[in-house]
Amino acid sequence: MSSLLKIEDLHVSVGETEILKGVNLEIRQGEIHALMGPNGSGKSTLAYALVGHPKYEITSGSISIDGTDVLDLDPAERARLGMFLAFQYPVTIPGVKVADFLRHAISNVRNPDRKEGEELMPMREFRTELRSTMQELNIDAEFARRYLNDGFSGGEKKRMEILQLAMLKPKFAILDETDSGLDSDAVRVVSEGLSKLSGPHMGVLIITHHERLLEYNVPQFTHVMLAGRIVETGDASLAHDLHNNGYAGVRERHPEAAAEEDAAQEETTSV
Amino acid sequence: MATTDTLDSDLGNDGKADVSIGDYQYGFHDPTDKYAFTSQRGLNAKIVAQISEMKNEPGWMTDFRLKSYEIFESKPMPTWGGDMSGIDFQNIFYYVRASDRQEKSWDDVPEDIRKTYDRLGIPEAEKKYLSGVKAQYESEVVYGSLQEDLEKQGVLFTDTDSALRDHPEIFRQYFGTIIPPSDNKFAALNSAVWSGGSFIYVPPGVNIDFPLQAYFRINTQNMGQFERTLIIVDEGANVHYVEGCTAPTYSSDSLHSAVVEIVVKRKGRCRYTTIQNWSNNVYNLVTKRAMAYGDALMEWIDGNLGSKLTMKYPAIYLMEPGARGETLSIAFASEGQHQDAGAKMVHCAPHTSSRIISKSISKDGGRSSYRGLAKVEKGATDCKSNVVCDALILDSESRSDTYPYIEVEEDDVAMEHEASVSKIAEEQLLYLMSRGLTEAEASAMIVTGFIEPLVKELPMEYAVEMNRLIELQMEGSVG
Repeated sequence: MSSLLKIEDLHVSVGETEILKGVNLEIRQGEIHALMGPNGSGKSTLAYALVGHPKYEITSGSISIDGTDVLDLDPAERARLGMFLAFQYPVTIPGVKVADFLRHAISNVRNPDRKEGEELMPMREFRTELRSTMQELNIDAEFARRYLNDGFSGGEKKRMEILQLAMLKPKFAILDETDSGLDSDAVRVVSEGLSKLSGPHMGVLIITHHERLLEYNVPQFTHVMLAGRIVETGDASLAHDLHNNGYAGVRERHPEAAAEEDAAQEETTSV
Repeated sequence: MATTDTLDSDLGNDGKADVSIGDYQYGFHDPTDKYAFTSQRGLNAKIVAQISEMKNEPGWMTDFRLKSYEIFESKPMPTWGGDMSGIDFQNIFYYVRASDRQEKSWDDVPEDIRKTYDRLGIPEAEKKYLSGVKAQYESEVVYGSLQEDLEKQGVLFTDTDSALRDHPEIFRQYFGTIIPPSDNKFAALNSAVWSGGSFIYVPPGVNIDFPLQAYFRINTQNMGQFERTLIIVDEGANVHYVEGCTAPTYSSDSLHSAVVEIVVKRKGRCRYTTIQNWSNNVYNLVTKRAMAYGDALMEWIDGNLGSKLTMKYPAIYLMEPGARGETLSIAFASEGQHQDAGAKMVHCAPHTSSRIISKSISKDGGRSSYRGLAKVEKGATDCKSNVVCDALILDSESRSDTYPYIEVEEDDVAMEHEASVSKIAEEQLLYLMSRGLTEAEASAMIVTGFIEPLVKELPMEYAVEMNRLIELQMEGSVG
């Protein structure tokens, strides 16, 4: 049976400010979902809440994978359950080689019972897999010896996220604006990479402003977020429509959410 | 290397009170009842003379020791650096001889002592990747080896006592000339009571491919270890010397106060690597200094993980044009530890260059300080000096300080100094944890990455060991 990621009535605050105000979403393995919405609507907040960023406080609601509540689990435990976030802004870890990091990560994710200090995945096996995955994604083998995201260009960082996705093979992958800040060639590379990886064993949530990432990865579901709630859900044509016509129509159809959005923006500008 | 498990199951406990060994895996100790000689506790001129007499030394050395003792007595305790108030000079054993002889085969080393070195992995390392080994246990070297072909090329690698006896001319020419007893209180103390240490002479043009290693082990409680090392690298010769140090974990303190003197002649190269991993009850107060002549290269690679207090600032005097000096130093200060470490570079000649890279990590209330001097003397034009020190602080109880001193007496010099202090960012932890690493693993990985630029300079086996020690220090330390 395919796994289910279930988000129910999720409320999330950062400091005193409530950002998500009751999000409901179900993603099954094998499905592709697009999450769109204007800046500040709460898309990245949802992504961070899903992986367990400590700054994002869940005030009510639940997140579960196949009925297991993940809210009490730290990010590492969630990763071992199959959650993955391709970060919008991947951080630099100086001095840590991509290959060393990935070998450690894979050893934990593939063997969730592994204790600290126990054997890592055998080097030879790991190298073979890494090499072939990098080839498949057209990533230069030299990447493996570089320090994690250190001195990487924007496009290289995003490809590194896709490489991690390919190696860790999560059940649920969240891509937070993986297409932002990239030129169209780079977006194509990332899109093709993702389309090779997604399949019946991966549920994907693509957070994006644009349509380009969706050309290769056609979503079965498109969700629109406004002022911390998902206000509409449709199919791929909704994404197309939003891309061409913007959010004016959505705001018209959901005046209450639009008003909340305005109020929140005023608050931010007055601060 | 021995694992913690084998140590736990095989502790040579002689009934003395141990404090918790914790993560420090070398905290075991051996019985001391079969020792050949143990001096009285404390120090006076009589004990100094007795040490010299036990060693059958020539009169000049006895005089040197007694004069040094006077200097030691006359100098006040330093008031800077770390807290030395816990040192009780009258409670220390200054000379302890566990075995009467130095052996050339591990089989001949007394069993208790040999077992210790087995646990530390020394004989195994010797087989694999070393050109020669000295093992010092308490005050004396108990084992020594050197590859035959090096011996034939005229390389000398002996303990310092044997060098005084067997190679008196070259010994007397250099001994005490780089670091005179009057240099500082602890150099004076070492000069008075020194015992053991390594003596190396590399003849002109001889290139030693694999490192020479010395391993220093303190076993007795309240022991003072005062080894004295003298290295002479002749013109165009090349050597890499490595030393490691450990001690048992006792409830009261020990003192390690070494003096290391090095001369690197024209176009010679010397790299001196230390992995200091004393237990947390050792005061580690060491004076290390090298003189580099024309176009020579001197490098100190200095890893300080253990001890209660370390004060160590390896120095390089750049004596002639073209001389280069480099110090890479790593300090890791954990609970109850103060690492006051750094480097000194003194440009005495024009066209000389130096580089200091220092990385320190403080955690669980530990304190690390970088203390360094870059000095350009009058007449030393066209010099370059570059200092980079980075500190990583893992929690709010821990502390890091930087004390950079720069003295320049010429205009035509390029001095650079960069310093940074950082904390592990929440975002870095989240990133690594979101890939399945536990918080401890993620922190250890960030710390390992932080010191990676230095660790990659170590021979592979030491790099692996260094990373393992860091991981041990980090395990279970968070969350």
